[in-house]
Amino acid sequence: MTAPPTVQTEAPVPPMGAAGFGRWAWRQLTSMRTALILLFALAVASVPGSILPQRGTNPLLVDEWIADQPTLGPIMDSLGFFDVYGAPWFAAVYLLLFISLIGCVLPRVGVHWKAMRSQPPTAPRNLSRMSEFTERPLPGSPDEVIEEQARTMRRDRWRVRTGTSEDTVWLSAEKGYLRETGNLVFHLALVLVLVAIAVGGLLGWRGNVIVKEGNGFSNTLTQYDAWGGGRLATADTIPPFAFTLTDFAVEFERDEAQRGAPRLFEASVDVQREPAGPVSQESIEVNFPISIAGAKVFLVGHGYAPRFVIRDSSGAVVFDDSVVFLPQDGNFTSTGVVKVPDSSPQLGFQGIFLPTSAIDDVRGPHSVFPDADDPSVFLSAWEGDLGLDSGIPQSIYTLDTGAMEQIGLRALVPGQSWDFTDGEIEFLGWDRWASFQIAFDPGKEAALASAVLAMVGLTVSLFTRRRRLWVKAQPSGSGSSLVQVAALSKSEAGDLSTDVDRVWRSLTGEDEEDRR
Amino acid sequence: MSTGMELAEASNAFIYATMVTLTLAMFLFAASFASGRRPSTAKAHAAQAANGGGGVALLEKDSRSAENDPGRRLANVGMSLTWLATGLLTVALVLRGLWAGRVPWGNMYEFSISSAWGVLVVFLALSLRRDLRWLGLFVVVPALLTLGLAVTVLYTEAAQLVPALKSYWLVIHVSAAIICAGAFTVAASSAGLSIVQSRREARGREWTGLLESMPSAERLRTFTSRIIAFAFPVWTFSVIAGAIWAENAWGRYWGWDPKETWAFITWVVYAAYLHARSTAGWRGDKASWIAILGLVSFLINYFGVNIFVNSLHSYAGL
Repeated sequence: MTAPPTVQTEAPVPPMGAAGFGRWAWRQLTSMRTALILLFALAVASVPGSILPQRGTNPLLVDEWIADQPTLGPIMDSLGFFDVYGAPWFAAVYLLLFISLIGCVLPRVGVHWKAMRSQPPTAPRNLSRMSEFTERPLPGSPDEVIEEQARTMRRDRWRVRTGTSEDTVWLSAEKGYLRETGNLVFHLALVLVLVAIAVGGLLGWRGNVIVKEGNGFSNTLTQYDAWGGGRLATADTIPPFAFTLTDFAVEFERDEAQRGAPRLFEASVDVQREPAGPVSQESIEVNFPISIAGAKVFLVGHGYAPRFVIRDSSGAVVFDDSVVFLPQDGNFTSTGVVKVPDSSPQLGFQGIFLPTSAIDDVRGPHSVFPDADDPSVFLSAWEGDLGLDSGIPQSIYTLDTGAMEQIGLRALVPGQSWDFTDGEIEFLGWDRWASFQIAFDPGKEAALASAVLAMVGLTVSLFTRRRRLWVKAQPSGSGSSLVQVAALSKSEAGDLSTDVDRVWRSLTGEDEEDRR
Repeated sequence: MSTGMELAEASNAFIYATMVTLTLAMFLFAASFASGRRPSTAKAHAAQAANGGGGVALLEKDSRSAENDPGRRLANVGMSLTWLATGLLTVALVLRGLWAGRVPWGNMYEFSISSAWGVLVVFLALSLRRDLRWLGLFVVVPALLTLGLAVTVLYTEAAQLVPALKSYWLVIHVSAAIICAGAFTVAASSAGLSIVQSRREARGREWTGLLESMPSAERLRTFTSRIIAFAFPVWTFSVIAGAIWAENAWGRYWGWDPKETWAFITWVVYAAYLHARSTAGWRGDKASWIAILGLVSFLINYFGVNIFVNSLHSYAGL
């Protein structure tokens, strides 16, 4: 008994020498197996960004996470786990994948180009080995049969080649080149998508701004609460437009089912598209942004800004404005801070605004409905030094109480005021505010066009079958021929019986009868 | 409002009727499946041995000659009940839409029953062109599980849409996703069967049993890859439509929101499946596992992201 021959399964050893190694490495990188592994790597690398908070979408949560995990947090931070999609290792995976893709696809473009311009290969000697094979005698000489069939198939957009070997006349036909064309278009279009994303990333910018009812915004860098741009985006690419938020309408579900769910947000704005240009009244809604000079203005959030008047102990007004409070839950329990640097001593208030007030032992003061049905504000007053002169930038949403002393707590409804020792605060009511995202992405149209091109290529490729078909005719005496038909699918699992049936129908003339 | 409540109750009643019908269909498919356990004839064995992996012809002949055996008849009734259940579910969806005054895709409950509908419709549409009675059990069970989950855990009273969903993109984006839910589920079922079948084939005739009446592993793989070849472009379309909508609603077409991330992961997994099908050494069971992984990632995107992750897509009233 002899042992079965062992199969060499290990990868071939890389050859010596730089050029040889380079060629070997390139072949490895552009192989289908590598593409497969890189696709898996890309899928796996994408996962942590969906589980861990990300800087781009939720920077506050990231800071909290790192603070909670003092050892693990900073390590993960330095490895880019809180900015996965900008991390070098994520970029490495997709860039390798795209290099592999280009290295695989470009040579195939050349091969395909040649294949489309060359004739189908000659018919194999033995057709009966093909999975689809049938033969039967037909009237007509081999030449007549093949010539007629070649004409029909050319009309049906087959690529046809005919020839003779000894007394046999044969026809070799191929169809379905669009499969490879679509496949190549798909892969190259993916490269274009990546390029368009890169262009948008380099030239585009995006900013967020909160505007209170009655207030305006003009599109300059300093007016934004947050602004981020690509490497090549500069302040002078920002179009100079301005708008005023005249009204912000909100409706919430009042029925028991999904009570409190938002039903309508609508921001009415007066827009001035260019300096000293005409002013037009427009509205911005969720899903309905407005476009100004290539940039788009989106409505992304809203909230309450309670209005206060504060007087010092002499009765002089030291503060008269509405203050943006940030919503903390779905019912718009909102928190904010009022800072009064112009009084002496300086005053600060931490506040909770409740659009529909409720209070219990567990949750303390909280709102039970997002609309302002029964508003109230809970204030904690502080006096001392606000720390504004220290030179360290402060958030307008937090109060640094390090050098301050708490002087009291009080709940107010609109119209009420509170006399504390060094002054008086009156809660006048509330305005709404809306937050807008203003974005400019010069690559997005190209990205869409490329993505659609990719999808079209993909669809064409997956729905086209590449197949070869052969017809052979041999003289079988008295003006008739023995005709053989065979077919082979070049893409996997093609069912070619319909093609073969069709050929037989045209050979026997049934096809013509059908047409009549 | 009273007519509204009647519509709602009628919709729920049709859902329950669907579930009862599907349960019956499930039992019949299961009984038919179990009756496939019969001593196989020597001829069938010989044909199978000769054909190796490609026992395509065998199955077709077998199914035709066995048209009158009781297992086949049970499966036929199962198919009819599946048609009936799909009709009932269609009515339930239409009533739900009439009640809400919009497409019935506004929350997880509605999307779940629509997905179950998608699974059944994809299965029935495919069954028009080929004999899929062998797959019935493995399609009815996931559809029934989805419906069960929908009525017990996810049930939500119909309400208007939140502003973020008020867009015609809802219809475009979600209808494509529903078709994909159906196609990916059917593909994963047949991929799973192909893995079991290929193990059976590898062990030869010693282990026959339940899968005797099933198509060969190779045929199951081909079936799986055809469905995915259809569903992958649809999924691509759904993702692109979602990106256009995201650009309109949030000011960016791609922001790596968890929902977007998992849609991307799902896309990449199915792209890997298609590559695996044309990579030597991968086109068999490994590719089938990738098809199952694809559905897992689709389900994580649906249930996992909606329930456990803070995502921009979390507005859809659980």
